[in-house]
Amino acid sequence: MSGPVSISHPDDELSLVDLLDRLLAGGVVLTGEVTISLAEVDLVHVSLRALISSVSTLQQGDREDATDA
Amino acid sequence: MSLVWVYAVQEAGAGEAPDMSGVDGERPRVVGTEELAAVVGTVADDGFDEAGLAAAMEDLGRIEMLVRAHHGVVAATAQDRTVAPVRLATVFRDDDAVTAMLRQRHDEFRAALDRVRGRREWGVKVYVDGTAAPPPAPDAGAASTGDRPGTAYLLRRRADRDRGAEAREDARAVAERVAGTAAACAVDVRRFAPQDARLSGRTQEMVLNATFLVDREREDEFRDTVSRSGDGAVVEVTGPWPPFSFAAAEES
Repeated sequence: MSGPVSISHPDDELSLVDLLDRLLAGGVVLTGEVTISLAEVDLVHVSLRALISSVSTLQQGDREDATDA
Repeated sequence: MSLVWVYAVQEAGAGEAPDMSGVDGERPRVVGTEELAAVVGTVADDGFDEAGLAAAMEDLGRIEMLVRAHHGVVAATAQDRTVAPVRLATVFRDDDAVTAMLRQRHDEFRAALDRVRGRREWGVKVYVDGTAAPPPAPDAGAASTGDRPGTAYLLRRRADRDRGAEAREDARAVAERVAGTAAACAVDVRRFAPQDARLSGRTQEMVLNATFLVDREREDEFRDTVSRSGDGAVVEVTGPWPPFSFAAAEES
């Protein structure tokens, strides 16, 4: 028997983390006159640390709802 | 004063920008050259200049808004045409700077569009039950060392450690089997770091976080075979995504 499987589509609420995997690491990188190259700065790491602590705080409250859905 | 946010690049004449709100609530539009066009949005310089974006990257609420809006516009554009998504937070001074960039990087965009034409991106994640110390077996090692509790303890610890290593080995094997199955139905792959359990929202450990570029004709096959390849592990397939992870030529 195959294991439990879940398939989600972008119509569902997209996971912010999945989006960040793609949007911060992917896409064509251009340097314009006013561009921030996220790859070249530590901003992402700072942000992800902030994200982890924020998400873990948020989840205290709505975890049950999310997993029961 | 305003700035120009770039969402994606497409071929000239590929179509209008989607009818929706962009990262600054603006209506996206298309600017272009004879050959290539960019889907862009006019955004306020206040908040979207270098200092504004740097500040936004420290603010989870702002990041989430920007990420969802950027993805939303790129995904909507990709519905009916081939696009090369542009990295989040790419901002130009004005339309002329954008068209100059399109001319300058023409060959690279052509190559990117050719690479993703007729293909979409699908994410694959694999979760297994915790590979950290499993619960100790009730009386492992106790039988022959009943009178030597210290030795029994050490034997038990070693057995736990061996089971932990075995579990990690099994998890790696499952991850590689799923990745291999997926790769066989795909034209390219990128790997991401497994997401922290606090972010994935699952109690199980993520052992594979990869994304694949798949020909549209093979999407059903990809989803079916990948979903079934977990052999007890949870396999999560997400998509289709615009080809964010395959827009840039592979490094190395």
